[in-house]
Amino acid sequence: MTIRKKLVVIGNGMAPGRALERLLEKAPDAYEITIFNAEPRVNYDRIMLSPVLSGEKSYEDILIHDDAWYAEHGLTLKKGCKATSIDREKKQVTGADGSVVDYDKLLIATGSSPFIIPIPGKDLDGVLTYRDLDDVEAMLAAAKSGGSAVVIGGGLLGLEAAAGLTERGMDVTVLHLMPTLMERQLDTAAGYLLERAIEARGIKVRTAANTHEILGEERVEGVRLDDGTELPADIVVMAVGIRPNGDLARDAGLEVNRGIVVDDAMQTSDPDILAVGECVEHRGTAYGLVAPLYEMAAVVADRLQDGSATYTGSVTSTRLKVTGIDLFSAGDFAEGKDREEIVLRDATNGVYKRLVIQEDKLIGIVLYGDTKDGAWFFQLMREGASIEEMRETLIFGQNYAGGSPLDPTAAVAALPDDAEICGCNGVCKSKIVGAITEHGLTSLDEVRARTKASASCGSCTGLVEQLMAFTLGDGFVPDAVQPMCGCTDLSHDDVRRLIVAKELKSIPAVMQELEWRTSCGCAKCRPALNFYLVADWPGEYEDDYQSRYINERVHANIQKDGTYSVVPRMWGGMTSSQELRAIADVVDKFGIPSVKVTGGQRIDLLGVPKENLPAVWADLNAAGMVSGHAYAKGLRTVKTCVGTDWCRFGTQDSTGLGVKIEKMMWGSWTPHKVKMAVSGCPRNCAEATCKDIGVICVDSGYELHVGGAAGMHIKGTEVMCSVETEAEALEYCAAVVQLYREQGRYLERIYKWMDRVGLDAIREQVVEDEAKRTALFEKFLYSQRFAQKDPWAERVAGKDAHEFAPMNRIAMREAAE
Amino acid sequence: MNELSPTSTEPKAQHWFTIGRLSDIPRRGARQVLLPRGPIAVFRTQTDEVYAIDDNCPHKGGPLSQGIVHDGAVTCPLHNWVIDLQTGDAMGADQGCVRTYEVRKDADGLVSVSLSGGSGKTE
Ligand SMILES: Cc1cc2nc3c(=O)[nH]c(=O)nc-3n(C[C@H](O)[C@H](O)[C@H](O)COP(=O)(O)OP(=O)(O)OC[C@H]3O[C@@H](n4cnc5c(N)ncnc54)[C@H](O)[C@@H]3O)c2cc1C
Ligand code: SF4
Ligand code: SF4
Ligand code: FES
Repeated sequence: MTIRKKLVVIGNGMAPGRALERLLEKAPDAYEITIFNAEPRVNYDRIMLSPVLSGEKSYEDILIHDDAWYAEHGLTLKKGCKATSIDREKKQVTGADGSVVDYDKLLIATGSSPFIIPIPGKDLDGVLTYRDLDDVEAMLAAAKSGGSAVVIGGGLLGLEAAAGLTERGMDVTVLHLMPTLMERQLDTAAGYLLERAIEARGIKVRTAANTHEILGEERVEGVRLDDGTELPADIVVMAVGIRPNGDLARDAGLEVNRGIVVDDAMQTSDPDILAVGECVEHRGTAYGLVAPLYEMAAVVADRLQDGSATYTGSVTSTRLKVTGIDLFSAGDFAEGKDREEIVLRDATNGVYKRLVIQEDKLIGIVLYGDTKDGAWFFQLMREGASIEEMRETLIFGQNYAGGSPLDPTAAVAALPDDAEICGCNGVCKSKIVGAITEHGLTSLDEVRARTKASASCGSCTGLVEQLMAFTLGDGFVPDAVQPMCGCTDLSHDDVRRLIVAKELKSIPAVMQELEWRTSCGCAKCRPALNFYLVADWPGEYEDDYQSRYINERVHANIQKDGTYSVVPRMWGGMTSSQELRAIADVVDKFGIPSVKVTGGQRIDLLGVPKENLPAVWADLNAAGMVSGHAYAKGLRTVKTCVGTDWCRFGTQDSTGLGVKIEKMMWGSWTPHKVKMAVSGCPRNCAEATCKDIGVICVDSGYELHVGGAAGMHIKGTEVMCSVETEAEALEYCAAVVQLYREQGRYLERIYKWMDRVGLDAIREQVVEDEAKRTALFEKFLYSQRFAQKDPWAERVAGKDAHEFAPMNRIAMREAAE
Repeated sequence: MNELSPTSTEPKAQHWFTIGRLSDIPRRGARQVLLPRGPIAVFRTQTDEVYAIDDNCPHKGGPLSQGIVHDGAVTCPLHNWVIDLQTGDAMGADQGCVRTYEVRKDADGLVSVSLSGGSGKTE
């Protein structure tokens, strides 16, 4: 085996992440790779921090490379370990932990740091910047207690921070030095529209405001402006620009101006050291957006394989990622003698578009309110295409230009092969179309996984979908994400995440905040929302019975003739003469037509009219029996065999464990029904291996199974793990159920949930991660405190009496008949 | 039970039966009123409109009073047909119709229903 060369990477942001990905694709074994990362985590999508701040996404959603990825590729990632010096003589990098790593090639990717304005008070507690996850967490912690925030800087980052903090309930003021917001990307007209849109969200904007001083003793208390105005503030977020991190390179004697100087080969002044990302300066420019960094990364990956690719600079475009504000800008839009402009304003629809043209070429674009032609304009600009022919209709966008039809699919069809579709990841049309045909991709997720198109900020998702429609024709089924129902475009998962993130605690709150299209939902979304709220806010949410399906509303199963069936609980399938006698008496007293032994080891009384339910329950309650929840999306039964009590093969007390599980779990609400069983030995008389959760007792303990089903689909369980004690068996079972309660989509059985998230992911959280398991177990027990009330007893005591009696009777024969 | 007679002040053609109070019906819910020829279902929407229809789904006779009420419609508990409460028509792809009755609420919150026919709606 040849000795592999050593590659050391300093910094683990998006730029080196991309470079390594490209390198490993082509030459997986070329280098032994060590990465120093000052941040104590893996590579995540920094541009998606704003959705994390606003609560639209979670940290897990924005990971680019998880731990498994580093392991799979054999990379050594030194998390939370800053590189402190580079010794170019010895070709070594020293880390903050004292470790020294040799390199043959070194890649510096230290990114940049937020600029801190040197004013009094800048070091007070509560003065934050906006750069990494720690900053987001600090902001979220501050936002918990409400209060007010001052954001200094009305650029992209400042506005995204302001919008996020407002979503989180803070009272936010943005201070901006210049007269218009985002003046580097917008002209004054668009800046004005933006300012109004920002203010419409309840954010206060002060332009031409120079911050003089941050006030406070130890913690921030406020901000004083040059004109003497004082604004109260619990936190101050500085978002006034970034500065490339060049110190480490400078100390090593590399050439550094504003950033680390690189040539077109991405090489620094030392031929064995390359640099990439926001820390570099290339042809006098330092970039602050992902698209150019990814172009650099591709060159770096090639050069590390002794290729000859070159980077010659990028043209960039900007979008603001504040939900509900559409804004796109690119190029140069200052006015000038030799320049002309085309402007379109549509005040009623809040649309403003301005194109700047010089010598028949598009050199600047500002779009506000309607940005769908952004990609097309940007393409024309990058190509330097002549717009002479279409000048008249240019501003109306691609649909009008050259008489192309108005159909969006035709519009993408008309784009040239090298048209850039995804700006963040620099993916062009031909690459997407090629990947779709070559790999037979049919879903947006697959296209994202293969090409990265629309995988970062997501604003090109629509275009990518249109390309899929164009390439696949009828084979394209859009909306890989199924909306929950016709009342919303959001998927179950989105709704769930937003319920937690935005702390929505009632159905009207969900519908209002998530912009439901109907005034009170439908029979699909209401029960789902009710379950999500029950599961997510135990003890706080008040169950909305009108949003429950009839069986759960009246705690019995409706039959085809409108009567109900009643199934009392028999713990672990055990009963007694006293219970059986009480059941027999109830059957006689109420003339119940059918009595049936169910598949879940209990007895079903069929054909009870609704009015009789409370009286039937009262008698059953009197004999010590409670509801069996045979009607519930919740725990149904725990079947058991006789185990060591009676069976000569029994290895453990399967009956006893079954009863304990049922006593722990009864009353819990779940996305769909949960059926369980415990068998005393692998002969499996309780049929545990086709249950949602099954336990097989063995000599050494308990084998825990999940994901079986014996309904319309038959599916054997899979073994999740083995445990030694009964206490563990109980804890693990509860933890899986809790995880399912948190992740399962309403009406998704455990086996379907498992197919979707994968058994490994379940194992990781329930088996391997002890802290997570304990937390899940505790959450389950906590919510059971509110769930374990016998619904029959409550109704016998008078709850919901209106359900069980007609409103009235009209006994006379009416005239009309 | 309480035998009711038509309220005498009404014009002869239409007989209004007082069936109870608005507050007897939960919002986004329904109650049954039993008639010798079968029950009718009286609905109250989120915005307090009241509708009465036969409690008999045009599909297979499911008890519509037991369904989930959303906006001006109810979803049948048996096989999820959606019935428009105002017209009694099945919505969407399903075909079918259920008889509706005129309903009115008075200022004291009393609800009455007219059994003589029509596809009525609350005023
Ligand atoms: C909130 C936010 C929103 C954004 N939105 C957009 C957007 O919409 N579109 C867009 O194109 N761009 C956006 N950007 C910019 C984009 O995120 C950056 O351009 C990009 O992430 C920079 O990547 P990088 O790899 O060069 O540096 P970084 O991602 O900054 O990574 C540098 C890493 O190196 C580490 N490091 C630094 N020094 C050392 C050392 N000595 N030893 C070890 N590790 C070190 C740092 O801790 C850091 O983790 C946004 C940025 C932020 C903060
Ligand atoms: S599963 Fe095993 S222990 Fe239980 S009854 Fe069957 S043979 Fe006996
Ligand atoms: S198997 Fe079919 S018919 Fe039998 S009870 Fe279940 S749903 Fe009804
Ligand atoms: S009986 Fe109403 S939908 Fe079938």
